[in-house]
Amino acid sequence: MTAEIGHFALILAFLTAIVQGTLPMIGAHRGNVAWMALARPASVAQLLFVTIAFSALMYGFVVSDFSIKNVADNSNSAMPMLYKVSSTWGSHEGSLVLWVLILALFGAIVAVSGGNLPPSLRTRVLGVQAWIAVGFLSFSLLTSNPFLRLNPAPLDGRSLNPLLQDLGMAYHPPFLYVGYVGFSMAFSFAVAALIEGRVDAAWARWVRPWTLAAWSFLTLGIAMGSWWAYYELGWGGFWFWDPVENSSFMPWLAGTALLHSAIVCEKRNTLKSWTILLAIVTFSLSLLGTFLVRSGVLTSVHAFATDPARGAYILGFLILVVGGSLTLYAIRAPLLKAGGLFAPISREGALVLNNLLLTTACATVFLGTLYPLFLDAIGGGKVSVGPPYFNATFGPIMIPVIAVAAIGPLMPWKRADLAGVLGRLKLALGGAMLIAAVVWYLVGGTAPWAPLGLGLAAWLFAGSLIEWAERVKLFRLPLAKSWNRARHLPRSAYGMTMAHCGVALVLAGIIGSQAWQVESVRLMAPGDSVEMAGYSFTFRGVRKLQGPNYSIDRGEFEITRDGVPVTRLYPEKRFYPVQQMPTTEAAIHTTWIGDLYVAIDESRAAAGEGDGAWSVRLYFNPLIPWIWLGAVVMMLGGLVSLSDRRLRVGAPRRKRSAVSEQPSPPEQPDPQAA
Amino acid sequence: MKLKRKHRRLVFVVTGLASLLIAAGLILNAFEDNIVFFYTPKDMAEISIPEGKRFRLGGLVEEGSVKRLADGLTVEFTVTDLTATIPVSYRGPLPDLFREGQGVVTEGKMTAGGIFIADNVLAKHDENYMPEEVAEALKASGQWKGVQDGQ
Repeated sequence: MTAEIGHFALILAFLTAIVQGTLPMIGAHRGNVAWMALARPASVAQLLFVTIAFSALMYGFVVSDFSIKNVADNSNSAMPMLYKVSSTWGSHEGSLVLWVLILALFGAIVAVSGGNLPPSLRTRVLGVQAWIAVGFLSFSLLTSNPFLRLNPAPLDGRSLNPLLQDLGMAYHPPFLYVGYVGFSMAFSFAVAALIEGRVDAAWARWVRPWTLAAWSFLTLGIAMGSWWAYYELGWGGFWFWDPVENSSFMPWLAGTALLHSAIVCEKRNTLKSWTILLAIVTFSLSLLGTFLVRSGVLTSVHAFATDPARGAYILGFLILVVGGSLTLYAIRAPLLKAGGLFAPISREGALVLNNLLLTTACATVFLGTLYPLFLDAIGGGKVSVGPPYFNATFGPIMIPVIAVAAIGPLMPWKRADLAGVLGRLKLALGGAMLIAAVVWYLVGGTAPWAPLGLGLAAWLFAGSLIEWAERVKLFRLPLAKSWNRARHLPRSAYGMTMAHCGVALVLAGIIGSQAWQVESVRLMAPGDSVEMAGYSFTFRGVRKLQGPNYSIDRGEFEITRDGVPVTRLYPEKRFYPVQQMPTTEAAIHTTWIGDLYVAIDESRAAAGEGDGAWSVRLYFNPLIPWIWLGAVVMMLGGLVSLSDRRLRVGAPRRKRSAVSEQPSPPEQPDPQAA
Repeated sequence: MKLKRKHRRLVFVVTGLASLLIAAGLILNAFEDNIVFFYTPKDMAEISIPEGKRFRLGGLVEEGSVKRLADGLTVEFTVTDLTATIPVSYRGPLPDLFREGQGVVTEGKMTAGGIFIADNVLAKHDENYMPEEVAEALKASGQWKGVQDGQ
């Protein structure tokens, strides 16, 4: 019964979305206030219906109702409750409902709290949102109904894929989806603005919070996914340039560009049509990402439930969204008036360069990810494009991005003096050179990119701090005055400093782990010791244990450094009888300078040798924790920026904004926050 | 540095084009070396692959062919598409889903002795244990036994 209620609610949500997407839009076109007013209650109703559907599905998982096909396929009565709940979005069908739920939630937030938006813009934003919902709901109802019944119902379910029975599955997809769907808001605002034919600073100010929130969550979502792969796959790596990873990374790259161009749009009332285009591209890539992961068109190490039969629908939907919005863009964009002038060497110029490079980097990832698909489609054979391609293309393009990220914030708007700015960064330059020299001495030319990468990281980190110090006039005013200035800096300024420092940390983590990773794959019998990276790993054997729905081989490693005990690590090999599938659970000891990482592979006893030896993998991954630390700092930077007064308190109405949004002179300390 | 609007725009167009050109150069350069083709044992009998060229070999792990060498880490097995077979040697950790009779994709190079030296073995996280390429290759060679689609 619950499932039927859920199914019915999903159908109601679909019909509500159709109404929300048509009548208010027509109303906005004709100036019919009554029809326009329909958009707000409709979005709230849509949220209500989708919530009912999602709850009904989750209830099916919680009580293990195996007469629902989706539950029978993805759950099992022996699974712990947490994984029963997270199985709700573990399948393709369920993940679509989660997507629509977040979409409806965001729509309702605009409907309820968007009182300061001009009514016609709000109505159109909600209308565009509704059409996205129509696309997803019809996809769900027509091809991927999560509420299909089975008759007769099986006694027990087939269980969630063991690799997904992990905390990672509970938190990774929701965060990723909040990011993807957040960009749908930017998209809706962009399309609504194109329909209205009007983009101004106030528009950019409304779009920025959504972009910031989406970007922050996507950053965290990607970092979580990479952390999950790091400990679950047991390969000691955190990023494989795998199609599924790339498809979440592309919207992030485009979204980062959007985040920066929206600043120019807001502050200087220029780059408008470029910002609109980026909003469209970012959301299109989010859509592509959502579908690529679940549709099975790409071969990937992370591809789970797949069904190529849905490909046609997905392709149609993508063509409609991308083609439709770009056509609208082509018709309407020329109407947007160009804004303020600026010289190439200026903050605008730096942000434009950031945008050009980020979108180029995004394009290289796009090409590498989809090229195998194109080639296969035209019958050119099956190929794969691996990490060497991405390292050779993406890496070099990101070098200037990072270099400019330290310089740009110090430049004033309109026109800047490059020599002067570089002069203020000489401390950062010196620090970066020093670090590069030390690293060069350490690696001795075996990895020429390591000094460059770590030098760049130091450059960006120091440069960001210098920019902050300049703003508060540290050491140039008495400390009390600097403190006072620091307190009154807008939060968005802190957000930028944090986010840029976060990027520097991530870069340092990536370079460090690539340059100095120590790996040891070997056979170890109980009592054997291995010396690695200054640590001594002693294998203490393997014990058999029983988990809730799996059996465990738990290894024990004693780790000492110079005879002093450091820690004990317990890597596991689990076996899930329902799916007849083993998983590897690496054990990790994290320190500030790196991770000690241990995984056990296979018992030699299985091969008829009884000495209790196991093939094990030991890694020392230097600086790798900085990757996730940096990502969290980036995300926090985004949230701090989001809490900025300017974005939080209702944005000014259009009439007034035209006055208050005059570009401020470069010396004014406050409003140039990024 | 007072630039006219036209000149200013030109600067950006040129920068944009330059970054695209550099990217295109990088991509072409990287594509040449880093595209890895996928072959089945049957393909390999029909075409000649230059020695030392990296490619992916996919098929089923032949039943009863998996042997561990004395060092405990090197594994030898045979990849088959049920019409032809290729012996493979691999040193390192096998993925959790690697098993006899199931689909596998290996990446590496051919040696003069006709042995494929793999440095990477992939088995998919899919309940069919059947990489898509392998399934299609089996269908193409008429050996597909019809494992039903996953979901």
